[in-house]
Amino acid sequence: MIESRYYGEFGGAFIPEILVATFDQLVQEFKTAKNDPGFWDEYVRIMSTYSCRPTPLTFAENLTNYFKGPRIYIKREDLNHTGAHKANNVIGQGLLVKRMGKTRVIAETGAGQHGVATATMAAKFGFRCTIYMGEVDMARQRPNVFWMERLGAEVVPVKEGTRILKDAINEAFRDWATNMDNTHYVLGTACGPHPFPEMVSFFQSIIGKEARKQILETEGRLPTRVYACVGGGSNALGIFSGFFDDPVELVGAEAGGKGLDTGLHASRLASKDGFRGVAQGYKTYFLQNQDGQMKKTHSVAAGLDYVGVSPILASLREQGRVRFEAATDREVMDAFSLTLRKEGLVPALESTHAFAQAFKEISGLSGKDIILINQSGRGDKDIFTIADAFEDPAWRQFIIEKAEEYRA
Amino acid sequence: MLEIYLKKRLEDKNILLMTHIVLGYPSFDASFQIIEAMVKAGVDLMELQIPFSEPTADGPVIVKASQMALNNGATVKECLDLAEKAADTFDIPFLIMSYYNILFRYGVERFVSGMTKAGLKGAIIPDLPPEEGRDYIDIMRANQMAPILIFSPTTSLERMRYLNNFAKGFIYCVARKGVTGQNTNFSDELTSYIHKCREATSLPLAIGFGVKEKADIEFLKGKVDIAVIGTQTIRVMEEKGVGAVGDFIRSLL
Ligand SMILES: Cc1ncc(COP(=O)(O)O)c(C=O)c1O
Repeated sequence: MIESRYYGEFGGAFIPEILVATFDQLVQEFKTAKNDPGFWDEYVRIMSTYSCRPTPLTFAENLTNYFKGPRIYIKREDLNHTGAHKANNVIGQGLLVKRMGKTRVIAETGAGQHGVATATMAAKFGFRCTIYMGEVDMARQRPNVFWMERLGAEVVPVKEGTRILKDAINEAFRDWATNMDNTHYVLGTACGPHPFPEMVSFFQSIIGKEARKQILETEGRLPTRVYACVGGGSNALGIFSGFFDDPVELVGAEAGGKGLDTGLHASRLASKDGFRGVAQGYKTYFLQNQDGQMKKTHSVAAGLDYVGVSPILASLREQGRVRFEAATDREVMDAFSLTLRKEGLVPALESTHAFAQAFKEISGLSGKDIILINQSGRGDKDIFTIADAFEDPAWRQFIIEKAEEYRA
Repeated sequence: MLEIYLKKRLEDKNILLMTHIVLGYPSFDASFQIIEAMVKAGVDLMELQIPFSEPTADGPVIVKASQMALNNGATVKECLDLAEKAADTFDIPFLIMSYYNILFRYGVERFVSGMTKAGLKGAIIPDLPPEEGRDYIDIMRANQMAPILIFSPTTSLERMRYLNNFAKGFIYCVARKGVTGQNTNFSDELTSYIHKCREATSLPLAIGFGVKEKADIEFLKGKVDIAVIGTQTIRVMEEKGVGAVGDFIRSLL
C-alpha cells in the first residue's frame, strides 16, 4: 500500500506505478531517520560546520527608525552556504541518500538556488548530479547555471511547456521514473507527493526552531507577526513552524507579479485564480483554467513563479492559521532598494516579497510590536534582473564592453 | 463488458492491437481521420488521450503532441465529443487516457457519466493509484466502465495482486522503467516479468511502452493478449502524414 498523508483535504501521493516502490523506500528511510535522535544531531552538526547555522537574527535598527513602528528583525537564511535556505533541505536529503545507498541525485530548479545547493551537496557527498531548469529561468539566472556546471553538475535545459519551474519538476520526475535504482530526486520545496512536503518542512524547521529561541533571547517575548515569501512554501513552513503553537500571526507573501487583476502573477492562495487540483503528485491549489490545464505564471522572482503551493500551507490557510497576501514586482523593487540602502542587506528578490508585504502593513503596528521577516536568500544571483529593473547605465555599459571583449 | 469482448476476440486472434492517439493533435479532424484509418487497418481497441499540460508519465513525442493540441485550444469537452463520435461510428472499444486533474476538475462523477453516455468502455489514469482513487474506481465500476490499472517491472507480486482487486477489463503492463517513447528491450527479462503479471491476474494483459514494429509484436505473441502501440504512430504521422498511419498498422499485423 502506498503510504499517503493528507493535511486537511490537501496532499496525498498521486504517483505512477513505476515509482511506488521508490516512494516506499523513501518513506521508510525518512521515518527511521526522523525517529533517530542521532540523525537530527548529525544534521545540525553538518549545518553548523558546512553551512552557517545557526544563522543570525539581525535587528534592523534603521528600518525600525525609518518606519517609526514595530521593531523589525530579520532571520538571515541568506548567510547559509550557497546563499539561501535551500541548503537546509539538500543536506538533509543528502544524508538520506547516503543511508539509501544511492549514488546520483537529480533536482529541479527555478531561481537556481536549489540547483546550486544540490550541486554543492552532491560534490560534498560524492554523488553524480543532474539539474533540470526551464530555459526561461536559465536565461534569467545565468550566474547560478555557471556555478552548477562548475560544481560538476549537468544542467539540462527544459524546453517543454512554459519552460519554468513546473516544467523542470515534470522533467525531473521523468528522469526519476527511469533511473530510480541509483537516483534520488531532491525535490526543492514542500510540494509533491508524500513524503516530500513533510520531509522538506522537517529539514526547514531548523529555521523556526532557531528564530524562536533567538527572538526570546534578544527581546524576551514573541514577535507579533512573522513574514515569509511563498514559492512552493519551504522557507515559509520552516520559519512558521517555530511559532505554530504561539499567539503569533503568520503571513505568507506570494508573487503578485504585475498585479492580481492582470493574470500575470503566481499567487495561488491570495488571489481568486487558484483552484483545487491534483498535479505533480499532490493535491493543492493550482493556477489552472476551467479544464484543469495549468496556467502561465509570472513573477520577477524565478523562485516564486510556480503554479502550485505546499499542501501544508493550503491547509493552514483553510484553518485560518496563516494569512496569505501578494506583493507586486514593483512593490518588491521598492522594498529591495529601501532594505539595501537602510540596512546594507541584499535580499533575494524572492525574499524581498516578505519585506515588501511587511512594509505595506507596517502602519497598523506600534512600537510595542515586533515583526520577524525571513530573508530566505541573498540577491547576488539576481544582479542581471535587478540591474535591468533599475536601468543601471554603468552596468549596462560594462556588459556591452564585456560582450565586445568576448566577441574579439 | 470490455473483458468479455477482449476474450471473445482472442478466440480468433492470437494477439490484439491497441493503438493510442492524442486528441486534437494535430487537429480534431485529423484525430478522427487517424481513428478511422486505424479501425479500418484492423485495430482491436484504442486509447484516446485527453491532453494535459503536465504529462509527467509521457516522453517528448507525446509531451509535444499534448502541448500542440492545447496550444490549438483543445478543450476537454471537444475531446469527449470526438470520443463519442468515434464510439458512435466504429465498432471497437474506445478508452480514455488522461491524468487525474482532468477528471478532478471536470468532476469525477460527471466525467464518468459523460464517458458512459459517449459509449466509451474504460479509462487509464496513470497518476491515480487505487489508494488515492477509491471514489473513481467505485464510480467507474458502478457505470460498467473499466478502470484499467497499471503493473510495472518494479511492482511486487503482492502489490500486483492488490491492484488486481480493483482492475477491470485488462491490465496495462508497462514494459520497462521510464516514460513513453523510449526503446524497450524485448528480452527474457521481459518474458519473466510477463509471467509474474500472469500469476497476479486472470484479466487479459496488455504490454505497452516501446512497442513499435512487427518484430516486437511477434515477440509478444503467445505471451500477452494485447500489444499497445503508442508513440510510434505519432512519429509515423509526423514523418509521413495522416495517410501513412493505416499502412503502418497493417505492416504490424
Ligand atoms: C531565495 C529563495 N527564497 C524563496 C524561494 C521559494 O521557495 P520556497 O517557497 O520553497 O521557500 C526560492 C526558490 O527558489 C529562493 O531561491
